[in-house]
Amino acid sequence: MGYKDKPKLAVWKFASCDGCQLSLLDCEDELLAVAGAVEIAYFPEATKAVQPGPYDLSLVEGSITTPNDAERIHQIRRDSRFLVTIGACATAGGIQALRNFKDVKEFTSIVYASPQFIETLNKSTSIADHVKVDFELRGCPINKEQLVEVLSAFLHGRKPNVPTHSVCVECKRQGIVCVMVANGTPCLGPVTQAGCGALCPAYCRGCYACFGPKETPNVAALTGWWREELNVSDRDVVLALRTFNAAAPPFEKESFRNEH
Amino acid sequence: MNFCNSNHASKVIDRQALDNLFGVLRSQSYTLFGPKVSDQAIVYDEIQATDDLPIGWTDEQDAGSYRLKKRDDQALFGYVVGPHSLKKYLFPPAQRLWQVSRDGEQIKLSPEPEDVVKRAFIAIRSCELHAMAIQAQVFTGGEFVDSTYDSRSRNTFTLAVNCGQAGNTCFCTSMNTGPEVTAGFDLALTEILDGARHEFLVEIGTELGAEVLNAVDFRDAEPEDQQTAKEIVNRATGQMGRSVDTTDIKDLLTRNHGNTRWDEVAERCLSCANCTMVCPTCFCSTVEDVTDLSGDNAERWRRWDSCFTMDFSYIAGGNVRTSTKSRYRQWMTHKLATWHDQFGTSGCVGCGRCITWCPVAIDITEEVAAIRRTDVAGATEPLKRGA
Ligand code: SF4
Ligand code: SF4
Repeated sequence: MGYKDKPKLAVWKFASCDGCQLSLLDCEDELLAVAGAVEIAYFPEATKAVQPGPYDLSLVEGSITTPNDAERIHQIRRDSRFLVTIGACATAGGIQALRNFKDVKEFTSIVYASPQFIETLNKSTSIADHVKVDFELRGCPINKEQLVEVLSAFLHGRKPNVPTHSVCVECKRQGIVCVMVANGTPCLGPVTQAGCGALCPAYCRGCYACFGPKETPNVAALTGWWREELNVSDRDVVLALRTFNAAAPPFEKESFRNEH
Repeated sequence: MNFCNSNHASKVIDRQALDNLFGVLRSQSYTLFGPKVSDQAIVYDEIQATDDLPIGWTDEQDAGSYRLKKRDDQALFGYVVGPHSLKKYLFPPAQRLWQVSRDGEQIKLSPEPEDVVKRAFIAIRSCELHAMAIQAQVFTGGEFVDSTYDSRSRNTFTLAVNCGQAGNTCFCTSMNTGPEVTAGFDLALTEILDGARHEFLVEIGTELGAEVLNAVDFRDAEPEDQQTAKEIVNRATGQMGRSVDTTDIKDLLTRNHGNTRWDEVAERCLSCANCTMVCPTCFCSTVEDVTDLSGDNAERWRRWDSCFTMDFSYIAGGNVRTSTKSRYRQWMTHKLATWHDQFGTSGCVGCGRCITWCPVAIDITEEVAAIRRTDVAGATEPLKRGA
């Protein structure tokens, strides 16, 4: 793509657990190559040295949960040539989006001694709900190989190879036996985007949908099968859909439909 | 794989001789791949001896359901096909095609070395042999030969087995692909298990097969052995769990593009692609180029893909099959109808895998029957883009 100097990378944090940023530090073998290919200009998790913007690439972790953050993300967008969100919080609101289904005031009054000091929004929302996002990298946490792939693609001006098909394709390519067909274990794999390497089915567990809804997800057909053939209760369907990607629209819609 | 339709001379061996036969293959540098119990299913994996086979196991299959069950005998081959097929060996799920690296001005291209592994496929069913022949036609039958498939299929030995029972999702008789093994094998077994008697009738398909068999103890088959073996295969024929009326099927599907049944199946279909992944003839792949961070090294990979994924039908300007309806229709119509135009055979061998391994029990035989029931003869709807 032709940067005269090394492109400047910034890593930002919003409401999140830091796990996705840690995936970058966890790149071990590739970390030196990353540090060699980009100038790490803003990454408080890794270094105190901070350089002013603009930045060529911003990685954004976390969801928007406070009025202050809702402002801050706009400045980051203005300072960034490319903005890539990383993880379920940034792309779908994360586990903290469970608040979206309840009254947050009630929570703050129970949890905090002086709730009047807590300034928080009613909903946890994705970054794309606030600003234009150039690419969304899914996962809770993200997969470090996919992160390196996104960075390489950015550096060389090409499209990242990050498939949006089901987890099933990953299972089948690896020869993993389907846990739902062979064992009757409810699995979200058929409606979930690949990327984890089919981690749970490889250990005979159903998929928890850490990577959020796949392209064209038919959540109603899958959960209908769970209820009718696998005897999963409506309540358990709701619980399965309300985890790390609870506010992703296809999961949210279907969880509402099963709620009584 | 050699095809030989001559009158197969038959012999009879016992379990010890079968084990010795595995040993003969190994001593000729073959790696053996065959059925094995793993993660609650019978899959294909590397095996060494008959002890590794799913002895005393069977599988109960239905649409969207597969369960292993204990048999009340010690049969070596008392089950049908599982989630894996031989395509994983001949057309690997992920395969590097070449690597390229840059050193200053120098570009170095390294093609993948030719695969020279000698593979012996053990306990291969008739439908599987037909599927192999269909994929061989796809990859090597035309003007452009897929060299990786070609090299992988060249050094194989096939020890086939006649089915003594059929599964609940099997319909090979409808597709004329089984259950009797008729071609494409080096040796073919029929397991005869009757009280204390445990023997295997062996048919010889090729000279290579004869040579391997000659290295172990056998006796000539008596007419009664042949008769028993015939009855065993007939039993399987009588047990087919599914069937398809293939009369006029190509025209039936082509003229039913507008049938509302496709909308119904699309309501249920997850577009998860499991059906295409388990199908032993489905051959679609995607090719990806990857670079490392430095940009000095790149690789080209080929991976299994599916007509059910969005990326697969993405061409310049957009996706040509955005709806699940159009994707399911494309898959089934290709399998059963347009495959004939393209390759001169059906793309379906009636193995039933797509039925068993569909997580929501969509059944290709049921879909054909439904289309036939609601045949909109003559009422073709012009194809709309993405419809
Ligand atoms: S037919 Fe079944 S296996 Fe195939 S894509 Fe649809 S839901 Fe998945
Ligand atoms: S379409 Fe289904 S039954 Fe036919 S060969 Fe493929 S997996 Fe087997």
